[in-house]
Amino acid sequence: MSQPILLQGGRIVDPSRDMDQAGDVLIQDGKIAGVGRGLTAPDGALVRNVTGKVIAPGLIDLHVHLREPGNEDEETVASGARAAAAGGFTAICAMPNTDPVTDNQAAVGFIVRQSGRAGLARVHPIGAVSIGQKGERLAEFGEMVGAGAVAVSDDGKPIVSSHLMRTALEYARTFGIPVADHCEDPTLAAGGVMHEGLVATRLGLKGIPAAAEEIMVARDVLLAELTGGHVHLCHISARGSVAIIREAKERGVRVTAEATPHHLVLTDVACEEYDTHAKMNPPLRETMDVEALQGALKEGVIDCIASDHAPHAYDEKEAAFDDAPFGIVGLETAFAVAQTDLVGSGLFTLPELIRRMTTEPARVFHLPGGTLAPGTVADIVVLDPAAKWTVDPATFHSKSRNTPFTGRALTGRALLTIVAGAIVHDVESPPTAQA
Amino acid sequence: MSLGKDLTGLEHMTAGQIRLILDTAEPFKAVSERPIKKVPALRGKTIVNLFFEASTRTRVSFEFAEKRLSADTVNVAATGSSVSKGETLVDTARNLEAMRIDMVVIRHPSSGAAEFLGNRIASNVINAGDGKHEHPTQALLDLLTIRDKHGKIEGLKVCLVGDVLHSRVARSNLWGLTKLGAEVAVCGPWTLMPRGIEELGVRVFGRIEEAIEWADVLNVLRLQLERMEKGFIPSLREYYRVFGVTPERLERSPRAITIMHPGPMNRGVEIDSRVADGPHSVILDQVTNGVAVRMAVLYLLAGGRAELADAAKGGSE
Repeated sequence: MSQPILLQGGRIVDPSRDMDQAGDVLIQDGKIAGVGRGLTAPDGALVRNVTGKVIAPGLIDLHVHLREPGNEDEETVASGARAAAAGGFTAICAMPNTDPVTDNQAAVGFIVRQSGRAGLARVHPIGAVSIGQKGERLAEFGEMVGAGAVAVSDDGKPIVSSHLMRTALEYARTFGIPVADHCEDPTLAAGGVMHEGLVATRLGLKGIPAAAEEIMVARDVLLAELTGGHVHLCHISARGSVAIIREAKERGVRVTAEATPHHLVLTDVACEEYDTHAKMNPPLRETMDVEALQGALKEGVIDCIASDHAPHAYDEKEAAFDDAPFGIVGLETAFAVAQTDLVGSGLFTLPELIRRMTTEPARVFHLPGGTLAPGTVADIVVLDPAAKWTVDPATFHSKSRNTPFTGRALTGRALLTIVAGAIVHDVESPPTAQA
Repeated sequence: MSLGKDLTGLEHMTAGQIRLILDTAEPFKAVSERPIKKVPALRGKTIVNLFFEASTRTRVSFEFAEKRLSADTVNVAATGSSVSKGETLVDTARNLEAMRIDMVVIRHPSSGAAEFLGNRIASNVINAGDGKHEHPTQALLDLLTIRDKHGKIEGLKVCLVGDVLHSRVARSNLWGLTKLGAEVAVCGPWTLMPRGIEELGVRVFGRIEEAIEWADVLNVLRLQLERMEKGFIPSLREYYRVFGVTPERLERSPRAITIMHPGPMNRGVEIDSRVADGPHSVILDQVTNGVAVRMAVLYLLAGGRAELADAAKGGSE
């Protein structure tokens, strides 16, 4: 039985109950035992004064790539869960594009076991939509859900066949899980390495037009409407996609969507000088897209922020732009990047941002957490919204360092991360590294 | 004024730097016209020509330029070298540098490869063509050829015709010409025009007839045959019929239009043989100027001063 914890004197932000007030949070037996003023610590409790800090539900990330099994030099379930905890995340959802692909109950069970062994942030597996992510035959959703999968996705690749997408949406409905799609028309995107626009023209790099995403967003929305299934649209990057999603939500289509911190703050200008740390798929787009994404997140047309944490070995990014892999790490910078730009600009209040990283992602994938309601699981983060720091990838807990934010001055970070009532990250006394 | 360590492209160069290269090339032209085509300007310097893509003209032109400046040169082709065994670009470069070289001339299929290399090794790097990005020495020799023919560049109307989308020659020409005050246009099918090209300060002609009516100079780009296979144009036959630069079309111009081509030409596709071999073609002058321009670039990057180029020229006489 873990030691009771009393967090004293913080600003309690719980978007699930529209709460933003000063007070204490008591954690006992892995659950939230009390929220209020002047709570008394039970015998033997750890008491932490968090005056001036924010107590919030633990952050939840619906979209990360851990590289286990297959590329454990880049990330493991344990190292990813540690990076997550350091970033204030109490739960992350692992995409199935591992090697071999997480497309059956045994593979899903492996992720669950590795997560349990690590004992850090929760790692919820996402199963593949198709066997081997080949886009041909449906994987066994029922057994994967039984083993712990919370959603299905072929992320990394789009679901090209509209028929497969249709059947996936219908079949996933049986189990109450969403189908998360990486929206990209491969015939339009083929060979592209960055956003198709003026910067790509100047750099002589092949572009990926926004329409490559928008076409698939439109298709997925239509298929969700046809089937009554729940489609979750990964890492939306283009303003045209936002318009399609907004219109679909107004019609009552079961569609949810996420945006990454980098798509919310960076544009294709970051690719100048062939910086491979600005190479990701979908690509960074233009200022008008960034503004549309920020507005959509504020309104709830885009439901939540997800990092699309994509670790790569340093030497893979040490290549010509065409030859470098897509993707960047994000777990340890996500909150601070979002807070610095979205709250710092005045567009979002801090509780509005926290909602998009806690309550909303929990709702989208039906996950535990995302609330501080008494009696629920004690997945909690204590944030210091005023902490100023500069991104130094050498300090990352992730095994990979591929970030475009190196050297960027950020505000806000996680001080204390608690999963099921146990401290998994504490800047005041960092836990010793796991073997 | 100096060029800095590397020559990776014209986009970030000043008009002054470009003029410096063109002016420095003038005295080097004479070297190639003499019985003994050699000056000692780069004696003792070691230069590697690192070609990850097939090239005859550019590689030979660089090699002549290097040899006529008395440098020691080595050619490395991607096929048959460690490159084809999976060695990375940065490892290839570091290994060459470990042999204490002074300069690398690189051609690579990836845009940005020259800049990538230049940022990682101490030797001077010269871009001999990177992907679809830039081919600066080609544009410099084009500029020199235009200046020779017309006596100036400023105010001239130059149209780049053909596959602008995939052309590094087009991008370098666009930067060089606009910096030196020329008016620039591009002409070709919309499938071969890059997004946002109008925003770079160029005029776009959809029809070759319009371009011919407007231009003083046509720089006809090579149409790579694979463009048809990849579906950018339906057939070479139609391309010639719609966009081919033919004597019949040129006759409608009130001016004698100077005809350029970076080579190698597809006769009867983008350019009619009668035009390529005609009185207004300066295509072979471009090739001749290529050696002088490359001598100038090598000389300046190695630290040579423009005012000494004349003296260097006279060195072995």
